[in-house]
Amino acid sequence: MSTVQTPTPPVERALPARSRRSRPRWVAYLPYLIPGALAFTVVILIPFGMNVYYSLFKWKGGLAPMKFVGLENYAALMGDEQFWTSFRNSIAMILAMVVVPTLIGLVLAAVLFDYLGRRFGGGVAAFLRATYYLPQILPVAVAGVLWNWILNSQTGALNVVLRSIGIDDPPNWLGSTSSALPTVMAVLVWVQIGYPVVIFMSALQRVDPELYEAAELDGAGWWRRFGAITMPQIRPETFVVVLTCTVAALKVFGPIYVLTRGGPESSTLVPSYYSYLNFFDKSKVGYGAAVATVLTLVIVVVALVILTLQARAERREEGGR
Amino acid sequence: MATDTLTPSVDESPAGQVLRATRPDQRHRRGVARWFVLAAAGLFALLMLAPFVIMLLNAFKSPAEYSQDGPLSWPTHLYLDGVVAFWERVDFPQKLLNSIWISTAVAIGGTLLSLLNAYAIGVGRVKGRLWIIMLFLLANMLPQEALVYPLFTMAQQVGLSNSQWSVIIIFTVIQSAFGTYLLSSVLGTFPPALLEAAALDGASRWQILWKIVFPVVRPTLSVLMIFFFIWTWNEFFIPLVMLTTNDTQTIPIALASLQGDRMMDATTTNAGALVSLVPAVIFFLIFQRTLTRGVTAGAVK
Repeated sequence: MSTVQTPTPPVERALPARSRRSRPRWVAYLPYLIPGALAFTVVILIPFGMNVYYSLFKWKGGLAPMKFVGLENYAALMGDEQFWTSFRNSIAMILAMVVVPTLIGLVLAAVLFDYLGRRFGGGVAAFLRATYYLPQILPVAVAGVLWNWILNSQTGALNVVLRSIGIDDPPNWLGSTSSALPTVMAVLVWVQIGYPVVIFMSALQRVDPELYEAAELDGAGWWRRFGAITMPQIRPETFVVVLTCTVAALKVFGPIYVLTRGGPESSTLVPSYYSYLNFFDKSKVGYGAAVATVLTLVIVVVALVILTLQARAERREEGGR
Repeated sequence: MATDTLTPSVDESPAGQVLRATRPDQRHRRGVARWFVLAAAGLFALLMLAPFVIMLLNAFKSPAEYSQDGPLSWPTHLYLDGVVAFWERVDFPQKLLNSIWISTAVAIGGTLLSLLNAYAIGVGRVKGRLWIIMLFLLANMLPQEALVYPLFTMAQQVGLSNSQWSVIIIFTVIQSAFGTYLLSSVLGTFPPALLEAAALDGASRWQILWKIVFPVVRPTLSVLMIFFFIWTWNEFFIPLVMLTTNDTQTIPIALASLQGDRMMDATTTNAGALVSLVPAVIFFLIFQRTLTRGVTAGAVK
């Protein structure tokens, strides 16, 4: 994302007819921003401000009276075991939606592009890529409902099969506190894996094949070339994938809602679902707003850290040249 | 990963390296290892497809057959009651229309809004454009939970509670935050000569936007529209909160709200999942090429 080519060219171009005017040229373009600015203010800025405002109140929502409590909601969060559980589970979500898919995706993309693609032709690679990408196009709720049934302890396909091959007491995948989180993580890896594969494969297309040939002539094996050429060459895309997936992992809601609703016993609770629960289930609107505000803060800080790391990596690379 | 044991390893003997160095082309078409790698990648693909296969197998079975033969058996005869039950229970045509209407409106509105914003930022180079783009990027990262309750109360106040218009307006803005960011950098590189020539011919800014800029960036706009459509189609959280009655809901919400329902036995669940993902798959097949290109564009920008 921060490979943003900011729309600033080094050379300012001058339109002779307009530069003579006293008003700068760009002012005339401001009307084009009006609809966007209005819509943005109404849908993003004001609601976000109101959410922060709500978080300072004790409020049951609707017409119930609002009682100003200052930062009390935030203080309560600090001592709230469920709140901390939800953020601990966010780390598991990052593992399942960022770390594992990115690592497997890197290897898969390189194998498809550079190994299978060259030995069996591009068609094979494209076909395999499409199958890996398929879960990405489904509405996540549909994928969740399907998995929810497959993993159902009584009637689900997985346990029926396990029982038929002689395992009498298969695990209650989504229903026990010990296995629910790892199971949700596995489903999320399945959902997520196609995204890095597709991005990395397109990234590999801009790597100069001569680099590989030169390395091959020097006798570098496949893994050497992977580490010395593939990984550094597609670092910009890796940052994009890591940034977008980390933000998505911190925001994840749909899969949790359809798979476990945060249960059993909060073992799969995540921050977004916890704030939803407070808003619409427990009628603790101020408290839910506080959770959402903290989550926003965490996302922004994490994103800034990733962007800074990327900027530093780019600078180091330029310095090394 | 199975591939790490099967790919040619790093530590090969010097002799092997010499041989490889001399005949690289032949080497690519030789050897058994490549078949193992292909098998491993194929196995992984099967693993990814397994849930779909299981779903297809069980969507057309009767509940009795499912409990007797299990999930992996081939259906003995085509049983359509699961599909029919789901179809009628959720009034699928209505949900389909709802989803199509909301996603199409957002795709068009979001792209239009992105184009207007990006015209001012990329071509007009308004002052503070970097900050504007930063703001849009930030908006793109916001968790929807931090907006949803105020949006919910605002919609009630203006008489848009349980209205698809509220969802359309919200997603038009959210999607255009990403669209503005992408399009601004595209329009920032718009050839100035074209604009200058048009300006000298006396074209107004409005005419330049539609007669010069729009035709040139149309491919990018169509990719954006497809993205917006699919993203909106798959959205879950805000539609779940805003659309409170059956008749306004989208397909994912309708399917998810049937969970735990008594009528949702194994076969109906499968039939429901199948029917619900068919539109997404059809859409994907139609636009696959544009999409792959679009994913690429999104990655490097």
